[in-house]
Amino acid sequence: MSELKKNLDDINVILATDCGSTTTKSIIIEKRDGEYRLIARGEAPTTVEAPFEDVTMGVLNAVAEVGELSNRVLLDDNGRIITPAKGNVGCDIYISTSSAGGGLQMMVAGVVRSMTAESAERAALGAGAIVMDVIASNDKRRPHQQIERIRHLRPDMILLSGGIDGGTTSHVVEIAELISAADPKPRLGSGYRLPVIYAGNKNAREAVSDTLASKVDLGIVDNLRPVLERENLLPAREKIHDLFMEHVMAQAPGYRKLMEWTDAPIMPTPGAVGLIIKTIADIEHIEAVGVDIGGATTDVFSVFRPEPGEGVFNRTVSANLGMSYSISNVFAEATLPNVMRWVPFNMDERDLRNRVKNKMIRPTTIPQAMEELIFEQAIAKEALRLAFIQHKSFATVLKGVQKQRTIGDAFEQDSSGGTIVNMLTLDMLIGSGGVLSHAPRRHQAAMMLIDAFLPEGLTRLAVDSIFMMPQLGVLSTLHPKAATEVFEKDCLIHLGTCVAPAGEVKKGGEVMSYRVDLPDGQVSGSLQFGELKLLLLGLDERGLPLKAKAVFEPARNLDLGAGKGNKVEREVSGGVVGIILDGRGRPFVLPTDNVERIAALRRWMLEMKAYPPEALGGK
Amino acid sequence: MAHAYTPGLKVSGRLLITKRRILPLKGEVVAKVGDRVKPDTVVARTFLPGDVEPINVSNQLGVPPEDIEGCMLKKVGDPVVKDEIIARTKPLFGLKIFASESRATLNGTVETISVVTGQVLLRGKPIPVEVKAYIDGEVVEVVKDEGVVISTWGSFVQGIFGIGGETHGVIKVVAPDNTTMLNENLITEDCKGCIIVGGSRVTAEAIRKAVKVGAAGVVTGGFDDKDLRDFLGYDLGVAITGSEEIGVTLVVTEGFGDISMASTTFALLKSHEGQLACINGATQIRAGVIRPEVVIPVTDDLKVKDAAVHYEQKGLDIGSPVRVIRHPYFGRLGAVSGLPSPLQVLESESKARVLEVTFEDGTKAIVPRANVELIES
Repeated sequence: MSELKKNLDDINVILATDCGSTTTKSIIIEKRDGEYRLIARGEAPTTVEAPFEDVTMGVLNAVAEVGELSNRVLLDDNGRIITPAKGNVGCDIYISTSSAGGGLQMMVAGVVRSMTAESAERAALGAGAIVMDVIASNDKRRPHQQIERIRHLRPDMILLSGGIDGGTTSHVVEIAELISAADPKPRLGSGYRLPVIYAGNKNAREAVSDTLASKVDLGIVDNLRPVLERENLLPAREKIHDLFMEHVMAQAPGYRKLMEWTDAPIMPTPGAVGLIIKTIADIEHIEAVGVDIGGATTDVFSVFRPEPGEGVFNRTVSANLGMSYSISNVFAEATLPNVMRWVPFNMDERDLRNRVKNKMIRPTTIPQAMEELIFEQAIAKEALRLAFIQHKSFATVLKGVQKQRTIGDAFEQDSSGGTIVNMLTLDMLIGSGGVLSHAPRRHQAAMMLIDAFLPEGLTRLAVDSIFMMPQLGVLSTLHPKAATEVFEKDCLIHLGTCVAPAGEVKKGGEVMSYRVDLPDGQVSGSLQFGELKLLLLGLDERGLPLKAKAVFEPARNLDLGAGKGNKVEREVSGGVVGIILDGRGRPFVLPTDNVERIAALRRWMLEMKAYPPEALGGK
Repeated sequence: MAHAYTPGLKVSGRLLITKRRILPLKGEVVAKVGDRVKPDTVVARTFLPGDVEPINVSNQLGVPPEDIEGCMLKKVGDPVVKDEIIARTKPLFGLKIFASESRATLNGTVETISVVTGQVLLRGKPIPVEVKAYIDGEVVEVVKDEGVVISTWGSFVQGIFGIGGETHGVIKVVAPDNTTMLNENLITEDCKGCIIVGGSRVTAEAIRKAVKVGAAGVVTGGFDDKDLRDFLGYDLGVAITGSEEIGVTLVVTEGFGDISMASTTFALLKSHEGQLACINGATQIRAGVIRPEVVIPVTDDLKVKDAAVHYEQKGLDIGSPVRVIRHPYFGRLGAVSGLPSPLQVLESESKARVLEVTFEDGTKAIVPRANVELIES
C-alpha cells in the first residue's frame, strides 16, 4: 500500500483522474453520512499530443468540469488543485492513472517460453503493460531474428528473466548478450538509456550485469521464478511501476508536473483496474473475471482460487481485438460465419465487409439503425469470446512443474499447465468498455456477457457504468474502504445472476427445475433444453441488488457447481436485468440450420428483452 | 452507386506543405538550407549497424565456455570474412585433422566473445540508409545529424485509406468523371510511371493492370474490402499500412464500397493533369493518426504570402456542408439544417447528440453528430 501522510478518517473529498489516449476522465468522491459515494464525473480531451503537449491541461479541464458538476471549487486562481478540503472548496487527496501516449509498452524475455518467459509476461501484464513481444531461447526464431526484433520494436522497458535460483546461468546470459547486441533504444526520448529489469537466476546477476550495464539502465530484483513450483512476481511488478514513473512518465509531456500533484504514484490504467478487481475478489473471497473492451484492445482480468488461500490474479491483453480501430481484425480472426451466427437476420457479405472496414477507418461513428447495433454487438460477442480464449490459455497453473501422481490421478487427464479458469466456480463477471457500458439496454450487455463467456452454474453479472475502475484501483492502495464502498455502490451496475447448468443435454429434455422466492411471490417451473427464461428481481432503493432464496435442481447429468444432478439451494442476486435461467447447455451449440438458428436467436432475444420485437421481425 | 460527395478530409488547391525528412539513426545531412530538391534527391544518409549472428563456438569446438578465448584466432573488433576460420582447438598430436574449427558466418567484425556462454557474436557490415526528399521543394531547415525540413507550395489531397509507400509520377486522369468505376480497361500502357486518377471504386483487376503496366500509383474514390483482401492475400486487421510491397501505391479518398470520388477532389486532380504528384499510401488510424496523401508541388517562391492559403478547421454550423459516414444514409451529401442541443434517442435506442441534415434532394434526416464529416475546402 502506498504511504499517505494523512489520517484516513480525515479524508472526506477524493479527486481522481484517468488520462486515456483520447479522453481524461475525472471523478469526485465524498464521504456523506459516514459512507463514500461518487458525486460527479467529468471529462475533457487529453492534451498529451501536439499542439498542447502538456497532459495537465486536459487534467485541469476535466477537474474544472467535475468541480462545476459537483458544485465544488477545486482549482485556485493559478490553476492548481486546492488541498485540503474546506466546505465546498478543495479536495483531501488527488490521484491519477494514465494510459496516454500508448500506455506502457514492454518486451519480456526468458529462457523457456512456457516457463520463465511466461512468468515474466505475467509480471509485465499484471503491472499494466502491453507486451510487445516475448523473446525466449526456444521461441523458434534464430538469434539474429530475435536481435532484429528487439532493435526494431523500441519498447519502454525490457523485463529479463531466466533460470531458477542456483540453476545454470549460461542460457539467461545468452539472452542478455542478444539484448546487448541489439543495443535497444527507448521509445520516448533519446536522452536516456533503456530501462532493463533483470529478475532471473540470482547466480547470473554478475554476468548479466557485465553484459548489459554499460549499454542499458539495468535494475536487478529478486528472481520471479526462484523455484519451478513458485512464482514471485511482486518485486518485478513493483520495479516496473517505479520505472514507469521514473522513465516513461517523466518523458511524456507534462507528466513531471502531474506527478508532483498526486498523492500516490501515477499507475498505468490497466494495472489499476487489475488491482481493484483483485482487491474486491480478496475482500469478498470470490472468484471474479473482469473484461474491458476498448476500441483497439480488450483486457481480461481474473482472480481464481485453484487452491485454498490467496487468489491467483491474471491479466491478458488481446492487442488487436477491439470495437473500432481493431474491429476489422475481430472480423478477420473470428471469421464471418462466427460473427453472423449471432445475427437474427440475413445480410449481404460484401456490404458487411465494407461496413466493417468503414468503421475501422472512421472509428468514432455510432450505430444509428437497430440493424447496425445488433451487428456491432454480434462482433463484440466474438471479440470477447476470442479474448477470453486467450485468457484461459494464459491463466494456467505453472508449467514445467513435476507432479507426483497417485493411481487415482491416472484416470484424470489434468496435466501440468492446465487453465485455472473454472466457469463453474466463477462468482462474478464484470464488463466494461463502450459496447458493454453504453449498450442502450442493459439486457444487451447481459446477453453479450453470457453469449461470449458462457458462464456455468450461478454467476453474478455486472457492468462498470462509467469506467471508474482505474481510479478506484489507485484509491485502493491509499484508502481501501473508500475504494470498495464506491465500487459496490456506484461503480457497478448490477445486471443480475445467470443460472446455467453445465453439461450436454438431449434436445427437448428438461435441464432443471427451479423455485425462486421473488418479492411478489414464489415462482417455480421447469427449464427445457434450448430455453432461456428471465425472472425479474431488481434493485433496492439504494441501487443494490435485491436477494431472493432459490432452489435449482439440475437434470441428472448436469452440474450447477454442487456436482452432477445435485440440488443448489441458495440466495441469488437480482439486478437491472434479473435472474437469467439459461438452458442452452454447456458446451453451447447454435442450431446449424439457418432457419432454426434465426428462430432460436429471436426467441432468446425476445425473452431477454434485448431488442424491440419489431427489430426482430421479418428482416 | 452512391451519390457523389465531397470528402471531409483536407483538400486544398493551394497550401504551404512542409515535410520533415529524418533518418532512423543519426547520420550525415547532405542538403543545406535553400537547396532546391527533387523527390529522388538524397537529403541525408547513415549506416544502420549490421546484422548480428551468434556462433556457439564452445559447442562447435567441444570446449567449455571459459576455454574458448584460448582457441580464438580473432579478437574483439577484428574484421572477418564469411567462411574464414575464427577459432580452432589445438591440434592433437600436431595433426590438423583432429582439430575442430569455427568459421565466420558473415562478412563483418567480431563483436563479443563470451566466456560465460561460449558464444561469439559477429556483426555484419553496416547497412547504408538514405532518406530522399519525397517532394519537389526547398530545404528550409537542417536538423543537425538527423535530416531536413522541406517546404513547397502546392495542392494537397488527404485520402481516407491507402496502401503502399512514397512514390511520385505525372498525373494521368483516366476516368471521364468522378462517378465512373476504375476498371482495367481504363488503364493502358501509357500509364507507366504515372499516378492514375480514377472516379469511383477501383477494381482488383484494375490495380493488377496498374502494376503490370508499371504505374507509380492509383488515386480513386472507393475500394472493395473483398478486392483488398484478394489483392493483399490476407484480411487487413488494423489500419496500419504503408510498408506493403505491392508494386503500386493506392490512395482511396472516400472509403470502402461503391463510392464516387468527391467532385471537388476529382476536379482539383483533373486541373493538374500532366503535373508531378508525390503520393504516399501510409495510413495509421490510431492516436497520432496518419492519412494517405497526394501532394502536387508548384515551384513558387516560398516567401510569397498568400492570404487564402491557410487551412482552417471550421466548426459545425447551420448551413455547413456535410456528408454522412455511416448507414443508413452512408455517403449522402447535405447541409446542416438544425443543431438541437439535447440528446436524442436514435432508432438503435442509443442516446446521442444529433443534427438535422437536408440532403441535396431536399429530404431531411436526423443523424448522430458522430456520423457526419464536415466538408472542408
